[in-house]
Amino acid sequence: MSSTTPQPAVGRSVPRREGADKVAGRTRYTDDIAVQGAWYGKTVRSTLPKGRVRSIALDPAFDWGRVVVVTADDIPGENVVHLIRDDQPVLAPNEGEIRHREEPILLLAAPDRALLDDAAHHIRIEYETAEPVYTLDQATEVFSTIEIRKGEVPEDVEDVEAVVERTFQVGLQEQLYIEPQGAIAIPEPDGAIKVIGSLQCPYYVHRALKRALNLTDEQAIVVQAETGGGFGGKEEYPSIVAIHAALLARKAGRPVRLIYDRHEDLAATTKRHPGVIRHRTGVKKDGTLLFQDIEIVLDGGAYCTLTPVVFSRAAIHAAGAYSCPNVRIQARAAATNTPPNGAFRGFGAPQSLFAAELMVEHVAERLGMSSVDLRRKWMLRVGDTTATGQKLTESVGSELVLDAALKAASTVQPSNRPTVRRGRGLSLVFHGSGFTGSGEKKLQGTIALEALPDGTFRILTASTEIGQGTKTIFCQLAADALGVGLDQVVLAPQDTSLVPDSGPTVASRTAMIVGRLVQDAATALKQRLKREAPPLRVEKAYIQPDSVHWDETTYRGDAYPVYAWACTIVDVDVDTTTGEVHVTDLVTAVDCGKALHPVMAEGQIEGGSLQAVGWATIEEIKVKDGGYQNDRLATYLIPTALDAPRIRTILVENPYSRGPFGAKGIGELPMDGPAPAIIAAIHDATGVWLDEIPATPEKVLAALNGTRETGNGKQS
Amino acid sequence: MTVRFTLNGVPVSIESSGSRRLLDVLREDLGKTGTKEGCGEGECGACSVLIDGEVVDSCLVAVGQVEGRNVLTVEGLAAPNGELSRLQQAFIEHGAAQCGICTPGMLLAAHVLLQRATQPTGDQVREALAGNLCRCTGYTKIIEAVLSCTT
Ligand code: FES
Ligand code: FES
Repeated sequence: MSSTTPQPAVGRSVPRREGADKVAGRTRYTDDIAVQGAWYGKTVRSTLPKGRVRSIALDPAFDWGRVVVVTADDIPGENVVHLIRDDQPVLAPNEGEIRHREEPILLLAAPDRALLDDAAHHIRIEYETAEPVYTLDQATEVFSTIEIRKGEVPEDVEDVEAVVERTFQVGLQEQLYIEPQGAIAIPEPDGAIKVIGSLQCPYYVHRALKRALNLTDEQAIVVQAETGGGFGGKEEYPSIVAIHAALLARKAGRPVRLIYDRHEDLAATTKRHPGVIRHRTGVKKDGTLLFQDIEIVLDGGAYCTLTPVVFSRAAIHAAGAYSCPNVRIQARAAATNTPPNGAFRGFGAPQSLFAAELMVEHVAERLGMSSVDLRRKWMLRVGDTTATGQKLTESVGSELVLDAALKAASTVQPSNRPTVRRGRGLSLVFHGSGFTGSGEKKLQGTIALEALPDGTFRILTASTEIGQGTKTIFCQLAADALGVGLDQVVLAPQDTSLVPDSGPTVASRTAMIVGRLVQDAATALKQRLKREAPPLRVEKAYIQPDSVHWDETTYRGDAYPVYAWACTIVDVDVDTTTGEVHVTDLVTAVDCGKALHPVMAEGQIEGGSLQAVGWATIEEIKVKDGGYQNDRLATYLIPTALDAPRIRTILVENPYSRGPFGAKGIGELPMDGPAPAIIAAIHDATGVWLDEIPATPEKVLAALNGTRETGNGKQS
Repeated sequence: MTVRFTLNGVPVSIESSGSRRLLDVLREDLGKTGTKEGCGEGECGACSVLIDGEVVDSCLVAVGQVEGRNVLTVEGLAAPNGELSRLQQAFIEHGAAQCGICTPGMLLAAHVLLQRATQPTGDQVREALAGNLCRCTGYTKIIEAVLSCTT
């Protein structure tokens, strides 16, 4: 190690590790990797939302000589996509149940794409049809339920001075990473199979492969290629792509590339859970919050996937960033015959916070108070307890972010276009960083750090770079804790045959939880280097602090290690003739604990904010006969550079003692605030309240014309 | 058929059916995998290349159409010695590339703008990039990076 102390890396916006390769076009994403002799794979899916496969027939007149066909009978292990519940098959077996229109039934591989498409046209699948369920009212199968109770919510509200009731609805949303799902499977000697793919969680895929293909730990090798965005969409779905590619490669005895096109990706992969959220809030005339009674119903789609975890986060965040003595949150996730919904940045919290934030607006309106004053009165502060009874002891940035955002927002100027009304809205949200409850304790994410003989250091972790900066931030943390230059630290590839299981790259946990392990390993290694010489290796696994208590059965206790906070102010233009909503400006103040890399932290917040703007305004998926009508980029619109507001981010540093250098996870938080702020801004501009997103021109016009009867607005 | 064109300043000649997508020929025959496929339908701009200085979606162009023309891909933006262009450097500095999958297309669209307008406004930058979708950045840092390259 050099004797002069290098300039600290943490807190500086150093160049992104893989930045030069990315701008030069050198970076290899999955589909960029050429593999000698690889065939192309394809998934043949159901065309019917519910029923049974009666028979699968290959046209005898077609030459199947150069085509590999895989059915459920070719699965060497269990026909299950390993996750929480064993309900989702890898391929629907003969006589097996079909639960949604995109259910995979068989797989094909061929040396060229034309032959592959041709082969797909020569397969005949006969079905037995059954009656599908599309709406939450009709849904009978419940994936899970949660009840959170704090104090007592009165049924009889005679003593309560005002009770406000309202029901909100949120729609499906696609992650829309610009790189579609894809994997390449390569058979290796000794029965091993290597899968290279676009994915967030190498060990999820590893476990799923082992189970479906009956492989040992060593035989399943998962390598993350550079990944073109994930946002949760590459948390659990890549297991399916990987298993499918591996089954084809195994049967073909050669590498197979299974790369989705955008249409298939939009039609078949997981979406954000849509849902209905009902609130009943009791207050005194002076605004004192007496009780919150909340019901959440989320649509899980056809299979369980990660639904129980998504909706647990939804429930825990449902009361919003506020302190209330009496809370009841009842949540339920039900099954319908649409493709399964799954992980998406925010993981249920954006849905429930949307409703919670709008409730503040409705209560404020009812009381004739400013909603900002009401937030100040209600907001959680140090010493307060959340709905799960968690006492907040440190790094509570509610007031800091509110003040910072208010200070930064300029005054609204009226629009000079006659048909356009301008308005402003605000939201205040919090988001738990890291896994819920005892998740981290059970998982025990592990990393290793090596001191190499040439004086460099290597971090071994399964945490992935998906654009958010893992590769850079981990090196910054290690370099500073070791007291070495940034260029002396490298990150090993995300390859399960090399790196330990650090847990999935989800839940705003990577920088905060795994990053802290990197920092701690580096500190330990530095000590050892005083006495010992390289090569040395230090491993660190997560240890839950004794002070953290969580009861999974009652949903009481410390739901998250800490929370990040954000206040968002948006300005919108509403065109009263077309109903179009344009978000022109967005200011967001975020308590991130400590900005390890300010530019990347801002980048996360800006990107997440725009994704939320899209969810709230233009991103719409209509379901017809169990399929998505917006299954092409021409019909599923996301914001372009022209649609995007001017975004200003204010990073508020409010250190968290157990985060690396004080940092908290902020990957998901920016998804929470914009949607309710936009709806409040539309109200400010036009005087009408929408209870549903996306606020499409259709809905806005209907609301402006008073033609939409939602049953809302009646208040006791 | 034989198709001849100039790719990043170098003459190339390939044997291909003229109806194949330029995108596939660039990626599969010529190894230019910097050009990405995000939709295959002209909606995302990940496959943007320049043909005679105009931004086009290479997923919508048949290779036969580029006979005799000048094609520039992201690989051709750096100097022959590998030195990154000012715009490429600005993308790194400003954090304009996150996952990076939209970056090649963004760079090419911005490159054309900067050649045509030395002092573009923020709105002009937004206009020029409107055909290129990015899901990671919210566009803020991309726009900043482009504006930092104005003379
Ligand atoms: S791949 Fe060509 S525009 Fe999307
Ligand atoms: S950087 Fe990921 S899509 Fe633009």
